[in-house]
Amino acid sequence: MTFFLETLIGGLLAGTMYSLVAIGFVLIYKASGVFNFAQGAMLLFAALTFVSLQEQGLPFALALLLTVVVMAIGAIVIERTVLRPLVNRSQITLFMATLGLSFVIEGLAQGLMGAQVRALDLGIEDVPLFLGEVMVSQFDLVAAATAAVLVAVLALLFNRTRIGVSLRAVADDTRAALSIGINLNRIWQIVWAVAGVVGLVAGLLWGARQGVQFSLSLVVLKALPVLIIGGFTSIGGAIAGGLIVGAAENLAEVYLGPYIGGGITPWFAYFLALVFLYIRPAGLFGERAIERV
Amino acid sequence: MRKTLQCTLGAGALALALQAAPPARAADLEQYIPLPSFRVGPYASSGIPLFDGIIDYLTYVNETQGGINGVRLTWSECETGWLADKGVECYEQMKNGRNGSPTPFFFPLSGPIAAALAERTEQDRIPLVTIGYGITDATAGAVYPYNFPIMANFYSQSSSVVNYIAQLEGGADKLKGKKIVTAYNDSPPGRETIASMKLLAEKYGFEDIQVPIPLPGNEQTAVWRGIRQHKPDYVFLRGWGVMTPVAIKTAVRFGLPAERLIGDIWSASEEDVIPAGASAKGYKAITPNPSGTDFPVLQGIRKAVVDAGKSSLRDKNSFGSVFYNSGVMQGILMVEALRKTQEKYGVKALNGEEARWGFENLSLDEPRIAALGATGLLQPLEVTCDDHEGGGSVRVQQWDGQKWTVVSDWVVAERDLLRPLIDAGAARHAKEKGIAPRDCGRPL
Repeated sequence: MTFFLETLIGGLLAGTMYSLVAIGFVLIYKASGVFNFAQGAMLLFAALTFVSLQEQGLPFALALLLTVVVMAIGAIVIERTVLRPLVNRSQITLFMATLGLSFVIEGLAQGLMGAQVRALDLGIEDVPLFLGEVMVSQFDLVAAATAAVLVAVLALLFNRTRIGVSLRAVADDTRAALSIGINLNRIWQIVWAVAGVVGLVAGLLWGARQGVQFSLSLVVLKALPVLIIGGFTSIGGAIAGGLIVGAAENLAEVYLGPYIGGGITPWFAYFLALVFLYIRPAGLFGERAIERV
Repeated sequence: MRKTLQCTLGAGALALALQAAPPARAADLEQYIPLPSFRVGPYASSGIPLFDGIIDYLTYVNETQGGINGVRLTWSECETGWLADKGVECYEQMKNGRNGSPTPFFFPLSGPIAAALAERTEQDRIPLVTIGYGITDATAGAVYPYNFPIMANFYSQSSSVVNYIAQLEGGADKLKGKKIVTAYNDSPPGRETIASMKLLAEKYGFEDIQVPIPLPGNEQTAVWRGIRQHKPDYVFLRGWGVMTPVAIKTAVRFGLPAERLIGDIWSASEEDVIPAGASAKGYKAITPNPSGTDFPVLQGIRKAVVDAGKSSLRDKNSFGSVFYNSGVMQGILMVEALRKTQEKYGVKALNGEEARWGFENLSLDEPRIAALGATGLLQPLEVTCDDHEGGGSVRVQQWDGQKWTVVSDWVVAERDLLRPLIDAGAARHAKEKGIAPRDCGRPL
């Protein structure tokens, strides 16, 4: 029973790391209906910028602040050069634009900051803690706490600020929002900047775990089943989806893996996502599309 | 009719001109070497120092010796991103040589590219050379005439690790009852050591536990929770890319001492341990080319290439790293194989068929390795028609938190024990493909 509990808790905590990545997707999808393929590249770019600034001798807080500024400037540039010219184009066009954008960001990152692998020390020890007989990772606990704080901040931003109300209006009905004078371009800039900051948080935590290197952009693969399960339009859904994926793949690897050859975590998450697609196509917290026919 | 006459006269004039031309001097000759590099993408951090090492060694030979017996070395790079599709495209662009020089061999420097090119290179008669990866069964040159998994194939890597563990335990008899987990990347190359570890476990009586880790491997909590349940004495870590640092960190988090983790050749670079931070302190890994700058050949490169401003290296900190030294070692093999080939075919630009002879007669003993300035960097090699590996040794190095330190001499694999596995695999391949094995002086 102890081992089961340990696996379950470990899985839930690991799932919050997936949620952190998924939240970045949700923000942009909510505001513009675009599945941002470049989220992984943004995550990599943010972490790489932070580490590069630290290598120049900047203290943690200043490096963090400057990285936030860089990501905000990046958001404005993306909105001006990529999104604005494509406004009113189909979703697949915007998706393809973000696909191209991901390669541009990765190439730019390597050109500016080099391809070498960097260690990232956030000062959080990756050591086991024992809650009774159950072992949990201190690092995972910090990651889970970070996700909780991030969700709280985003909830405040969306629900208690004028910008948040505008964001929700755009997400609910873009045309209606435009008709009452909401500046869509400004909203997109803000959303992409916030998604960049979320990418920075996720990038720092994933970077501390695996090093800051180009494969960091591959962590988005873990976010896709999370989004399918939780829904593309709900931050709460991203959290719930992450927890479900984390717990399920950990339990499956330990209890099912030995019977079917092991190494099942990557595809098991997608298998689970497929099951959810059958039962609840919009995800647990996603908005159901209702159309008049 | 008039056209035919023009053609005939033209051909005659060309033949006369060729006869009248003086024979090419060695100094006019160039030997082309294709370099399918990966300087962008997820594996660029490995590819950049690796190809810089190769290029710096080739430059060193040109600068200090005027090439190989006067034949200057030229090369071109083609970006593969380490991916099979781009690798095949690069191969097709490069296989016909450059500026009149044929392509003598192809070092794909990527498992997926090597797998994709295995049949094409046999058809094109261009040696496909893989060091520390590739098709293990291609050690049997009778069935794979143009495939050379030189130095340390996957079976030899696993055997060397077991032999090293036996050294640590005080003898092979002490292996009985031990638990050795092989945590392998779940891919065809990753699965290559399953058979060899099974055989070694049967011989020595240790418990062989195989655990796959799906690539890319950026989350391994569940896997290592399972491994911890086995209470292993040692873990043979067969990683690639981000899988290795995540494995080290996760293993240590689950209470497995880093000293009990022994990585394979592809989990043995600075790029594998630096991201793991303090967790990697004490971690060990095998390598056919240790890091370090004290080897005389490295000192020579520093003087003639790096300090002279002719180095390909942008990040000078990579000089002497594991991947840079791997590049130097691969450069040495390229040059020595061509030098050997010239002994038979003359001082000229060589093609794939000729270079195959060079590889199959490549012999590097200790005096020759010393003359090359590579003692300790390069193991003795004796490649033959029957044995395309020719070596089978590795050294063990340990990460002290800042740098690798070599902690063993060359650890030799039990190649005689493993050879029947290779022969059986090669025979199966020959049967499937309808290949009549060459006579290499020993039946398969």
